[in-house]
Amino acid sequence: MSVPFILFFVFAGIAVAGAVLLIVAREPIHSALSLILVMVSLAVLYLLLGAEFIAAVQIIVYAGAIMVLFVFVIMLLNAGVEERTDWSKLAKYAGLPLAGFLLIELAYWLARPAAGMTAALHAARGMGAAPTRALSEMLFRDYLFPFEATSILILIAILGALVLAKGDE
Amino acid sequence: MEFIAQHPILVVSLVKIAVLLLLVLTVLAYLSWFERKVIAHIQSRWGPYYVGAHGLLQPLADGLKFLFKEDLTPPGADRFVYVLAPLLALSLAITTLALIPFGPATIHILGQPTQLVIANVDIGLLFLFAITSIGVYGVALAGWSSNSKYPLLGGLRSSAQMISYEVSLTVSVVGVLLVAGSLNFNEIIEGQRGAFWHWNVFRAGHGAFPQIIGFLCYATAAIAETNRVPFDLPEGETELVAGFHTEYSSFKFAMFFMAEYANMVTVCCLATILFFGGWLSPFPESWTWQQYLPAAALLVCAAYLAYDTAVNMRGIARIQLAVVTVLAAGIGVLCLIPAVMPVIQGPFWFLAKVAFFLFFYVWTRGTLPRFRYDQLMAFGWKLLLPVSLVNLLVTGLVIIWPQLGRHG
Repeated sequence: MSVPFILFFVFAGIAVAGAVLLIVAREPIHSALSLILVMVSLAVLYLLLGAEFIAAVQIIVYAGAIMVLFVFVIMLLNAGVEERTDWSKLAKYAGLPLAGFLLIELAYWLARPAAGMTAALHAARGMGAAPTRALSEMLFRDYLFPFEATSILILIAILGALVLAKGDE
Repeated sequence: MEFIAQHPILVVSLVKIAVLLLLVLTVLAYLSWFERKVIAHIQSRWGPYYVGAHGLLQPLADGLKFLFKEDLTPPGADRFVYVLAPLLALSLAITTLALIPFGPATIHILGQPTQLVIANVDIGLLFLFAITSIGVYGVALAGWSSNSKYPLLGGLRSSAQMISYEVSLTVSVVGVLLVAGSLNFNEIIEGQRGAFWHWNVFRAGHGAFPQIIGFLCYATAAIAETNRVPFDLPEGETELVAGFHTEYSSFKFAMFFMAEYANMVTVCCLATILFFGGWLSPFPESWTWQQYLPAAALLVCAAYLAYDTAVNMRGIARIQLAVVTVLAAGIGVLCLIPAVMPVIQGPFWFLAKVAFFLFFYVWTRGTLPRFRYDQLMAFGWKLLLPVSLVNLLVTGLVIIWPQLGRHG
């Protein structure tokens, strides 16, 4: 048992526990906190894969920016404790089997070493000591157009949200 | 035991963590003394004076007082989050210091060559930002979990303020990254080798643009990020009692206090590394006499303290200050030993620069009045962010200019 192996199971366990807590918790802030826990443990998993940059960005963007906004809004609206309803019949009889089916299917596909995955792993190993540089070269040279198109798309989404939130004046 | 023998880095790291933690906690305690003393002198007062010579034992007395105070939890508070918030604030604030390189010299612990840094991470700067970006939760959750009006308002204000100024803070640093071409702290510092005109704030030519505007933006945003005067609205006592930590007492309050100081130290370390050459000396390397400077500085200090002890001190204070004098002189003499001299150079310059920035922080607090909340937001979004963006743009253009000419 190597150290990364143990760490993987510890943080995978924390991530799953956080995800369960996220759904079970009744206080909105507790749900937000569990989501932060999931994101931070995911970042550790990225770190174990050698993807330092992705790990840092995962924490900065998701845990540090997006979730701060979540917590901010929950505090601003002073959201109360969630009210529990009886489970809907549809969720009980159709949802649970479907969820189980999805889990099995995902496990099946993830367990098979696909050709693309091994190629990606080889490429990742080839990046060597400077994965950040390799990543930025991909984003800003090889895939510059799709990258910039995506950022313009996000900008349009922000403008759209602004227009919707402002309403008629 | 076999496991430890296979991973000597674990032992070395643990030793380094223990030493740094001990040093940092002491420094944090004495920062409060430093701040009170400097503020007092700015306002023509004496500051702490009665506990020990020059109030030198005041931090110890304060620590004991915090320990023995009653630890109150307001009724209706969310207990788990209420306890989590100060823990989160302090532990995250101290964790960032693990990434700070204090010197270049390789030292040997248990026969292992090692650097004067706990974790020399490849993308150190990003990691530091990752850790500080979670630091907001300490303040926000403290405000929410207290179940009280003023803390909630303080928590809200601070999260809004920290999100707003984090943008400018990050953008103002990117200029340095463009010049340095690395995210690793040691490589950023090595790139500034030479005398002080090679530091990133002043360096011009050879694909570099002086980052003086970047530094000013960074300094402003950093003061706002650490919730200090003139941006201390989250705890503005004239409006919010004490803001997010109103309901905290005893050691939980002390933890917030220490977290604030630890954040200040981190921010000052970062300013030193990114803009002012980190552990590099400000003089050209050919000036060999500068290696005696650390010892000389300490011995001058000791001489002044000796004078002070002999002339101004009476009774027990005289003995206390004499001990400090002997300590300063002892460390000064230690710095003259040929084996110690090269090791001490890096940390000396680093700590000297950090101490200057800490003084600057306190100086600002003693000088400027507090902003109004709308002024704070307008300043952050309408002035600081555009200026730091323009700085980034100009730096990028200056760096890419020679390449443009070659292709065009």
